[in-house]
Amino acid sequence: MIVGNRTQEEGLPEFAGGRQPQRLWEVILTFSRRKPVGATGGVILVALVIIAITAPWISPYDPYEIFADHRKAPPQIAYPLGTDQLGRDVLSRVFYGARISLYVGIISVAAGISLGFVLGAVSAYIGGTFDLLFQRVVDAMIAFPGIILALTLIAVLGSSVNNVIYALVAVLWPGASRTVRSQVLSLKEMDYVIAARAIGMSPARIVVRHIMPNCFALYIILATITLGTAIITEASLSFLGLGIPGDVPSWGGMLARASQEFIKSAPWIALSSGIAIALAVFGVNLLGDALRDVLDPKLRGR
Amino acid sequence: MGGYAVRRILLFIPTIIILTMIVFFVMWIIPGDPALFILTGGGEEDGGTGVREEDLQKLRHELGIDRPLYIRYADWVWDLLRGDFGDSIWYKIPVMDELKNRFPVSIQLAVMAIIISVVLAVPLGVLSAVKQDTPIDYLARLFTISGVALPTFWIGIMIVFILAFWFNWLPPLGYAKLWEEPLKNLQQLIFPALALGFHDLAAITRLTRSSMLEVLKDDYIRTARSKGLREAVVLFRHALKNAILPVLTVSGLRFAGLLGGVVIIENIFVVPGIGNLLIDAIIHQDFIVIQAVVVLTAVIVVCLNLVVDLLYGVIDPRIRYS
Repeated sequence: MIVGNRTQEEGLPEFAGGRQPQRLWEVILTFSRRKPVGATGGVILVALVIIAITAPWISPYDPYEIFADHRKAPPQIAYPLGTDQLGRDVLSRVFYGARISLYVGIISVAAGISLGFVLGAVSAYIGGTFDLLFQRVVDAMIAFPGIILALTLIAVLGSSVNNVIYALVAVLWPGASRTVRSQVLSLKEMDYVIAARAIGMSPARIVVRHIMPNCFALYIILATITLGTAIITEASLSFLGLGIPGDVPSWGGMLARASQEFIKSAPWIALSSGIAIALAVFGVNLLGDALRDVLDPKLRGR
Repeated sequence: MGGYAVRRILLFIPTIIILTMIVFFVMWIIPGDPALFILTGGGEEDGGTGVREEDLQKLRHELGIDRPLYIRYADWVWDLLRGDFGDSIWYKIPVMDELKNRFPVSIQLAVMAIIISVVLAVPLGVLSAVKQDTPIDYLARLFTISGVALPTFWIGIMIVFILAFWFNWLPPLGYAKLWEEPLKNLQQLIFPALALGFHDLAAITRLTRSSMLEVLKDDYIRTARSKGLREAVVLFRHALKNAILPVLTVSGLRFAGLLGGVVIIENIFVVPGIGNLLIDAIIHQDFIVIQAVVVLTAVIVVCLNLVVDLLYGVIDPRIRYS
């Protein structure tokens, strides 16, 4: 979305973490006023996190409980979103599905982006032949379409929640490391880094004191933007029947058979899990875009 | 131009080598003993009890894994260069035969998706930029925001849902070949291609819009207008020509994503391409097929990126000197 430059420049000092220390709620309030759309995304994400945490208490039924005489029951008061092909309550499964989606998404993003950060920064900082070669590895990794790379790893490792996380980490780190590398490369040429080197600061100390703090905003932005990709990839794997195993309630898994066999006879199964995924990704993307505009306007369009 | 192209191609060769290494080592190192893995069907927890030692030896020899790893890698690459992808473990036929049938279908699907998305997105993006901050622009922006957020398979499912619900149409079981029944083939692939390209359609609309808005602010556009040129000429001959550059690059680079999306879309619409081949191979633990599909897809993507980069060097001289 295009917003005039003026707004961004006004927005900057508050978030650049400098002038006056602010309370968290003040930062959030300022952010919401400047970026109402992004804040809406944040509200969606927070709501999903709350649903995920409180799933055992807010779900009307146990997500595994089978009501054999209510198979494919349409939405009604007893089952707000209907029941699935085995007679399990769809709403409860959607709530529990939020747990899996967010758990897998957040863990794999945190691990993947962190790994990308370390490798990207190391590659940029060492430079030379190592950097040249290592970037070819990154080139090669990026050449695999994400879902195909993830599927291959799942094929080798077998499908389980942890293996889905490993596969996602493998998909996510190369892109992140590329972005971080270019950031570190430009930071390396900054006057204050050159000055630090001139006074004999050790490389490790320069990285910790000068490089890392300047990459913090990038970390937040990358993590938010990638969370959407992670959620979609996990759902796609489960949709193909190769991600989260069998009867564990996951959004992608609910879509798997529902979309093909019951799309006409019981559309509510596919619709509710699909809307859940779309809403989650929608929220994350809105928040990510807004955070990017506010924290680092240079990154726009990437 | 010469230096730029040479530099770019020199970087391309190690990338291809590293890529084949990654595929090879992931496929044959992590699972431990692939022969045991195949015989036990992946359930390695029992430690391979109930598997006869001579079966294991025979399969190891068949797979050629009783030789050192680097020889196997060299052999495999040599076979790849000759177009030999080995024999499928499950179907017992040369993988190349299967790839010959499947790859063109997926490539066609991806190409159709790109064509659909660019053809629809560029005019929409231009319109949105020209009518900035009018209801048309808001609608277009709402469309792009939601289009970028919706997962590809959700779009696919929704298209199937709408077609099934209102038009009583279900994905056909047979597949018409492009060269035999072109009309039927296009009819079959148009909806999968639309679903596959939807995400890019939104992304390219957004990119065209912002790129156009930037160009329209330039001095030479004002000059063109003050010369009294018709608005259509200003927009399409002057502005779009420059605004389209990033759009073309991104469309080229999006091919990798499309080849990934193909896996999902083929599954939903029952299209016999590499996506369904890969899923089948994974279900049957057919590592030879998985390896072939993965390496070929990645090589295609790398080659395409090279072509896009070289073309970009031709179109935009600035890039050559950076």
